[in-house]
Amino acid sequence: MMNLIQSITSKTPPLPLFSTEESRQASGAAEASGATSGTVNEKSEKKVRMETHDLTVRYGSTVGIRNVSLPIYDKQVLALIGPSGCGKTTYLRALNRMHDLTRGATVTGSVLLDGKNIYDSEVNPVNIRRRVGMVFQKPTPFPTMSIYDNVVAGLKLVGIRKSSILDEVCERALKQAALFDEVKDRLKSPGSSLSGGQQQRLSIARALAVDPGVLLMDEPTSSLDPQSTNRIEDLIHELKKQVTIVIITHNMQQAARVSDQTAFFYVGDLVESGPTNTLFTKPKETRTEEYITGRFG
Amino acid sequence: MKTMLQRNIRDRIMESLLVISTIVVLLPLVIIIVHVIVNGISALNWDFFTQELGSPSRAMQGRPTGLVHTILGTLVVDLLALLLALPVGMGAGIMLSEYPDHKLNPTIRVTNDTLNGMPAILKGLLAFVLIVKPMGSFSGLAGSVALAFVMIPIIARTTESALMSIPWSIREAGLAIGLPRWRVVLSTVMPAARFGLVTGTLIAFARAAGEAAPLLFTSFGNNYLPNHWLGMLLGPVDTLPQRLYSLAISPYTHWHSMGWAAAIILLLFVIITFGTARYLTRQKN
Repeated sequence: MMNLIQSITSKTPPLPLFSTEESRQASGAAEASGATSGTVNEKSEKKVRMETHDLTVRYGSTVGIRNVSLPIYDKQVLALIGPSGCGKTTYLRALNRMHDLTRGATVTGSVLLDGKNIYDSEVNPVNIRRRVGMVFQKPTPFPTMSIYDNVVAGLKLVGIRKSSILDEVCERALKQAALFDEVKDRLKSPGSSLSGGQQQRLSIARALAVDPGVLLMDEPTSSLDPQSTNRIEDLIHELKKQVTIVIITHNMQQAARVSDQTAFFYVGDLVESGPTNTLFTKPKETRTEEYITGRFG
Repeated sequence: MKTMLQRNIRDRIMESLLVISTIVVLLPLVIIIVHVIVNGISALNWDFFTQELGSPSRAMQGRPTGLVHTILGTLVVDLLALLLALPVGMGAGIMLSEYPDHKLNPTIRVTNDTLNGMPAILKGLLAFVLIVKPMGSFSGLAGSVALAFVMIPIIARTTESALMSIPWSIREAGLAIGLPRWRVVLSTVMPAARFGLVTGTLIAFARAAGEAAPLLFTSFGNNYLPNHWLGMLLGPVDTLPQRLYSLAISPYTHWHSMGWAAAIILLLFVIITFGTARYLTRQKN
């Protein structure tokens, strides 16, 4: 929360509006071509944002994922791929403690966020979820709220009422989600009045409004038409300049297009992970190769 | 192998049986409504809504008499009952739906189901012991408490099912932006379920409004309007179902037709409440 308020009040916001070419170049220069270009040649500069160690999730006696150890690099996109039921969603939901609410789910191992285990007993899951946001498969606008209220829900409902702050956050988040121009004249109309693709970008804006460092996306385009899918993919390219993204996708082309790193899951195991272009061109495991070339899954 | 004709005949017979059962279900309702209106309409006049009942001699001497104190008393007792039952019933419903793993839940569920199945007169007895005995007097408050016991299990159940009908994804979306759980329930799930919540509350209200048994030895009944509105809460007060009962067993013909008129008002009250509930349910879909 402090982080957020600072970002609002400071004169040079840490999250620049990135739509202009100048800012794109500026941020590229500042990061010494960190996130925008290929990933293979600057391995040494990659900073780890999150990391899982021997992460195992069980549902009762059924194992969802088994001993998954995986680094998640700062301001990069990690794509999780694998056939249905392989544990991608289970892994993703372990990253912001969503399993706390699943009956019978137990998590062992550790998930480090900026070096600190989020499953430590003194950690409040509510604070973790403000730093690790999530976007779901289906758009989930809050049904009774306006577009504006949807975006600022994460602030307003925890007691931030000052309209100057809320207005600013709303505009910033909607611009980040590339939705602002389409809805700026009807912020008061219901969130459910938007099209499916717009609703999904609204969900992204809502997640971004609380200024998370990490954004988890569970098949964010699976219920969208091709145009909306393109928009979301473009958005991911822009967003990764500021946030770390973990995305689940069933679409291999999408994984190749949007991600820097890819992890392949199969029946609860992490089979292989690495830079996306390596994994797609020179997979080490035959299962990976068979899956990405469509021979099973 | 049966012929087509035989099958058609069987189909017709089954269909007629279904139509007949429907009529059997509807018939009592029609009979009640017609009978109540035919018998009570003559007693519905201006005095009925503006005068107190008074002693039987009033009616026998042809002086103005009515049930204004009964109608007002019903409103006061029922609304207070709703006020008492709403937080408790909704709280229980929210627990059952939103915290399904909580260790108190099996107890809440059993208690609620038992309370729901308990005869209404026992709820009156409970209010008698809890309120009337310590206060030393029959009172509207005691009647409200008794009716609240009728409403609570219904509100708890309808709240639970209204909240359960809201997709789980809405809750996760709220949690994913770092809202605490209670805030998610209050600000996203409950607004989404608002029609269901109101409908359930109205159904509970209508059910309790028609109950006479819990009121017989709690609010007791009163032929006059109390001098002060507080008298409605602290002293004996009249309510429609219980007044209907007293008028019906009285030996005075004029009171009998006033009883029918009271039945019309009670029926209207319940039909309007249920009708609103139906309307709201349809809004939702």
